Amino acid sequence: MWSYTFRRVLMTIPTLLLVITVCYLMLHATPGGPFDGERKLSAAVLANLQAKYHLDLPLWQQYLYYLKSLLSGDLGASFRYADWSVNDLVIKALPVSLSIGGGSLLISIVLGVGLGIIAALRQNSLVDYLVMLIGNIGSAFPSFVIGPVLIMVFAIWLKWLPAGGWDDFQLGYMILPMTLLTFINISTIGRVMRGSLIEVLSSNFIRTARAKGLGLSTIVFRHALKPALMPVVSVIGPLAISSITAAVVTESVFSLPGIGKLIVNGAANRDYTLVLGLVVLVTVVAVLLNLLVDLAYALLDPKIRY
Amino acid sequence: MSLLKVSNLGVQFQTNDGVVSAVNGVNFELERGQTLGIVGESGSGKSQTVLAMMGLLAKNGRTSGEALYQGKNLLTLSAKELNGIRGDRLSMIFQDPMTSLNPYLTVERQMTEVLQLHKNMSRRQAKARAIELLEAVRIPEAARRIDMYPHEFSGGMRQRVMIAMALLCEPEVLIADEPTTALDVTVQAQILQLLKDLQRDFGTAIVMITHDLGVVAGLCEKVLVMYGGRVMEQGDADSLFYQPSHPYTIGLLGALPRLDHDGSELVSIPGNPPNMAQLPAGCPFSERCSHAGPRCASELPALAVSPHNGRVLRACHKSAHELIDIREVAHA
Repeated sequence: MWSYTFRRVLMTIPTLLLVITVCYLMLHATPGGPFDGERKLSAAVLANLQAKYHLDLPLWQQYLYYLKSLLSGDLGASFRYADWSVNDLVIKALPVSLSIGGGSLLISIVLGVGLGIIAALRQNSLVDYLVMLIGNIGSAFPSFVIGPVLIMVFAIWLKWLPAGGWDDFQLGYMILPMTLLTFINISTIGRVMRGSLIEVLSSNFIRTARAKGLGLSTIVFRHALKPALMPVVSVIGPLAISSITAAVVTESVFSLPGIGKLIVNGAANRDYTLVLGLVVLVTVVAVLLNLLVDLAYALLDPKIRY
Repeated sequence: MSLLKVSNLGVQFQTNDGVVSAVNGVNFELERGQTLGIVGESGSGKSQTVLAMMGLLAKNGRTSGEALYQGKNLLTLSAKELNGIRGDRLSMIFQDPMTSLNPYLTVERQMTEVLQLHKNMSRRQAKARAIELLEAVRIPEAARRIDMYPHEFSGGMRQRVMIAMALLCEPEVLIADEPTTALDVTVQAQILQLLKDLQRDFGTAIVMITHDLGVVAGLCEKVLVMYGGRVMEQGDADSLFYQPSHPYTIGLLGALPRLDHDGSELVSIPGNPPNMAQLPAGCPFSERCSHAGPRCASELPALAVSPHNGRVLRACHKSAHELIDIREVAHA
């Protein structure tokens, strides 16, 4: 298993290189540059700036410069945020996104699996319909609709929570964005869990377990849970990765200083190094998440061995 | 008192097309150490009969009648009381050993949980006992293999594990639902021999469900022949095999491939099993029966002691003597 993990981590290197190259070319192919602003810079200043950031060199040389600094773990300096390196920006924004994204993912796994179990055991009951309703709403409405509705109800009407912003991990500012992401994730996890548990409970080996005289809780938690979790694990990977994209919307809706906000600003400003740095980060996270999912399979299913 | 006494057992399923009667008026008694064979084609209701007794019917299934185990009606027991009996006094092995064991748990876990539940054993005691049973069903290196997962066993070995698991608590009744159907012919013979040996050693009564008459002949003392959810003929195995008196039993025996006959052509009963949602008003077999008269399609024959042999019950309008004579002429 360790050699498998090691090999998988090594495999990220070509993936990363490909992603960086494609992004690099796409960024430089888009019209405009980091120093094209409202106020025209004088030709001399512009030339100086371009020389400082190697923008005056041919593209392939710039590319090699970038890779060289990346090798030493340096994502470069931001073009737009003066005095900030991309590393600093990322280190400041990452905990915000991680706590909101990761936290809501954990909560939605626990709640989604729990609700899915209840719904599956009480098929066609009130609880079941409620879970399915949450599921359908969460999948049908986009987050930029649910988000403002949450703000309207809890921040403007009830005045319980701030409408947005961030204050050093204060819970009040985290609740609404986490609720939004949790709601969306639960809808998928709950639906998948319900369906897969219903299917597992009708399988032959569950009939055997019943014939042995085992009680319902032993049957569900010892015999049915692991196989029922397999499809849930498969959706958690993509769900976690899509949380990163979802962060772009959520962080705009709630004006959070996270990675999503940086991606939007970086792209709008042609901040080459910032966008590339974030792409590198997201790629690494995505690859690691996929690896985690594959390792979780092996943990659940004895037939899978690496 | 019999160990197991089933009277007028019925199983109905609530479906979108209305109520379907899968089993009607089944009666039998089972004594300690005895073997009863239930024979019939697919869909004849033989599996549903025993699943009803074990409380394992699908959710839309309902039962009627009685299945008394030591005076307790299995069909009306609460889930808790039933869980105290099944797996302990009454256990079951299933047709498909590939899917009947939990692929996510080791054989050890699946076996020890039975003993921990019914016999209050510690995990360690239970494991020692489970290894004994695996050895009794002749699994080589049982002490090592017990920690493996089902996918690491072959089909025949898995069915041995199922049998060992069913026998852990030394049940009084073992229900075997087509235990050899999914296995190779050579393995089938081994499993049947194993069941025979275990019955001798443990004194377990067996209800053997099968469509293989060879299995019945080799193992069972009593036989129940079912068709369309009803009992066609029932009695001791010898009487039924040597002098079948019901057209369906005669048809089934005639359909057995025989090596000692020249003709290579396989004999079959023409037609298909009936649609259980639309059973004919009369005898369910009347549509396929070559002896059927006008009365057969409209009037249901009652299951009654046959005049030709007091140990046989049959449900047929034709007299037993007439059918036995026809058959003997045909075979002569």
